[in-house]
Amino acid sequence: MLFIDLWKKVVIWVVVALGLVLALPNAFYDRVEQFNDAEKAIEVGFDTPENREKTGLWPSFLPSGLVNLGLDLRGGAHLLAEVQVADVYAQRMTALWPDVRDVLRPERATVGTIRLQKGAPDELRVKISEPAGMDRALQLVRGLSQPVTSLGGAMSTDLDVRAEGDEIVVTLSAAEQAATTERTLRQALEIIRRRIDEVGTREPTIQRQGADRILIQVPGIGSAAELKEIIGTTAQLTFQPVVGRGGNPNVPAGAGNEVLPSLNDEGVYYTLVSAPVVTGEELVDAQPSFDQNNRPAVNFRFNPTGARAFGDYTRDNIGSPFAIVLDGEVISAPVIQSHIPGGSGIITGSFTVEESTNLAVLLRAGALPAGLEFLEERTIGPELGADSIKAGQIACIVAGIAVLIFMVLSYGLFGIFANVALIINVGLIFGLLSLVGATLTLPGIAGIVLTIGMAVDANVLVFERIREEIRAGKGPARSIELGYEKAISAITDANVTTFITAVILFAMGSGPVRGFAITLGLGILTSVFTAIFVTRLLVVIWFDRARPKKIEV
Amino acid sequence: MRLKLVPTVTNFDFFSRSKVWLGISGMFMVIALISFLLQGLNFGIDFRGGTTIRTESTTEINVGTYRDALAPLELGDIIISEVFDPSFDADQHVAMIRIQAQDGEEAVTAQMTKDAFAALSSVDPTIKFVSVESVGPKVSGELIQTAIIAVILAIAAVLFYIWLRFEWQFAVGAVLALVHDVLLTIGIFSELQIKFDLAIIAALLTIVGYSLNDTVVVFDRVRENLRKYKSKPLKDVLNLSINETLSRTMMTSVTTLIALIALLVLGGDVIRGFVFAMTWGVIVGTYSSIFVASAILMALGVKRDWSKPNNEAGTQVPQV
Repeated sequence: MLFIDLWKKVVIWVVVALGLVLALPNAFYDRVEQFNDAEKAIEVGFDTPENREKTGLWPSFLPSGLVNLGLDLRGGAHLLAEVQVADVYAQRMTALWPDVRDVLRPERATVGTIRLQKGAPDELRVKISEPAGMDRALQLVRGLSQPVTSLGGAMSTDLDVRAEGDEIVVTLSAAEQAATTERTLRQALEIIRRRIDEVGTREPTIQRQGADRILIQVPGIGSAAELKEIIGTTAQLTFQPVVGRGGNPNVPAGAGNEVLPSLNDEGVYYTLVSAPVVTGEELVDAQPSFDQNNRPAVNFRFNPTGARAFGDYTRDNIGSPFAIVLDGEVISAPVIQSHIPGGSGIITGSFTVEESTNLAVLLRAGALPAGLEFLEERTIGPELGADSIKAGQIACIVAGIAVLIFMVLSYGLFGIFANVALIINVGLIFGLLSLVGATLTLPGIAGIVLTIGMAVDANVLVFERIREEIRAGKGPARSIELGYEKAISAITDANVTTFITAVILFAMGSGPVRGFAITLGLGILTSVFTAIFVTRLLVVIWFDRARPKKIEV
Repeated sequence: MRLKLVPTVTNFDFFSRSKVWLGISGMFMVIALISFLLQGLNFGIDFRGGTTIRTESTTEINVGTYRDALAPLELGDIIISEVFDPSFDADQHVAMIRIQAQDGEEAVTAQMTKDAFAALSSVDPTIKFVSVESVGPKVSGELIQTAIIAVILAIAAVLFYIWLRFEWQFAVGAVLALVHDVLLTIGIFSELQIKFDLAIIAALLTIVGYSLNDTVVVFDRVRENLRKYKSKPLKDVLNLSINETLSRTMMTSVTTLIALIALLVLGGDVIRGFVFAMTWGVIVGTYSSIFVASAILMALGVKRDWSKPNNEAGTQVPQV
């Protein structure tokens, strides 16, 4: 007979209640948004009375997750950038030439004269005049390569060295190319993130796409051009001699000097020689490491010209401090302990491991590691987004009401049950969207409207079945039971197939299309849940109370 | 008193002219294909690269003046069209300007947008750019490829699922109905030259999902009736199944259409193309699940094992 276990009833109501509570913040969007912003601000230290007051806008025991609005609804800028990793390969090869020259020079007797040849940008071609010495030359050049630990753990070296006639051709190995691409992309992401965070906009999306692309979405920004400017300005990293240190920003600096604040120590100012010894453009790499006393430190390496300048300067200024300056702020000002030849050095200080890691990132992140080419850019004005939301809301309400009326007209009391389920359904979609932090786009709204239309389908299938059973002369309880039983296979098949397409859309689509796939997919899940469980529960509760002899569906 | 879209019990013969319906469907598919081949789709920038600018102004828009203002910039092919929508205010005049992809540039330069804005401001001082979207040729090529793969993948996945759950004849019928729907949708987009962009691909896939939903419900009933009436001719079983599910088919299509039409009228012009595709798809999809999918099932025939009429497992329909 019509009976649902108590535990099932409890589970159904709990799920519904949970979904609705999760959806609740969206009904008070502005309030909750202000509350969230204030909470975040307090967390990072802006504990002002205003922020405190705003936290009173929303009770903290309630969930405060909101559905993110996509760019097309909120306005903002979208950029798809391709990182020109090939430039990095080319730079590496250019930087390799002096090393190759230096190892081959002493062996001039066997390899003859050496000359750099023009080749593709990502290879280094060196011609030797004594082809007989090729084996020796290759051996020497291979000696320059360093091991790469690739993802698979297999050991390989970073250079591919081969002979083509009387020319030595050096390229980056596949493993090193992959590693370089990975490193370059991470750096680019880090830098872009830092730059955008400085501007302080709400919830920017900065994510990697494919092998060498970065997607940047910043809501609320005026235009894509503005966004490009923010990303495009390269951070200036310089190494400058220190003249003095003090607490006064207005201390007279003297000719050719400048006064810059410290990044970490508030109120500390350095007087520096304006002309840098070396700039960040000449920095090849920086990695967190440990010094001889096992304290966290940062290793760095210059390119040959930087190395020479740095070597000369450290030789002449042992014992005096020099400053590492990023964008007009002194990161640190260590004292030169010894002559540093060879272009690599170590920055020690009272670092924690975390600080040394950050400093390495900062140093590497100084300038974008490679150029960016923008493949796609979109600017959506906030007015257009607001218009779209308004239109979408009106359409949703009208669509909802029309469907509700239509269902009551068609199925009477059962139509009302279906309507309650439909309203719960829309609530659940918003609850789930908030829970997974999904983004609602304009096509996403269409997805919800479509779900409103389709959500009744499962109910319709059941109701039509019940009607058929009644016509076949079955009793009311039996008809309801059979209706659900027999409709379930059609409901499953119909929804699984639609769900498949939603999954494919999600996997293949991007941006707004993905937003649509999410609402469609979640809508299918919630509509099946509400049709099979919620409506049924309502019907059973009603049936238990009313015990009708005859039902009309 | 209940609102009834179709009488409680219907007894339409859907197959007396099934050849005619298949013929008509086939003819429309051919027309759609010819239109697509001759006219091609009005691809948006997602698929062919370039820039679209949406402008808003409080004064009347004169497309010719805009065109003349932009001409000195030598941007190549420019399409300007005014947009009308009931949701606009009285003094809200919107135009879409589409500029072709510029040679040697992946995406629009800030300079070009600035130049275009300066040029248009000189003829219409109240003009605002409410959105500027630009897609480079590299990405647009990939987007087209991904879109085609997505549609094919969706159809293939569905074919597989139905074959698993039903019989291969059902899968063929369902998939041909899907191809029919997709083709007719592409056809109407090419015939009316409505902008075809990424969102329309999403709509196409939704149509695939919806049409299938409809087809599967009918097929589910066919499967059930084939088990129930083992000696009834296939034609009668199909007719019975369609008649039995007709009420549900109409109910669902009408509720979905109500929702879609609300969105079509009130949802604003930005998603109108997208919603139009779906509305069209629901109509075509409902038609095709009866007149294409079932008619093909009828033509292919479902192999039933007549020799063992009393054996439960005697039907060729898998027990699921």
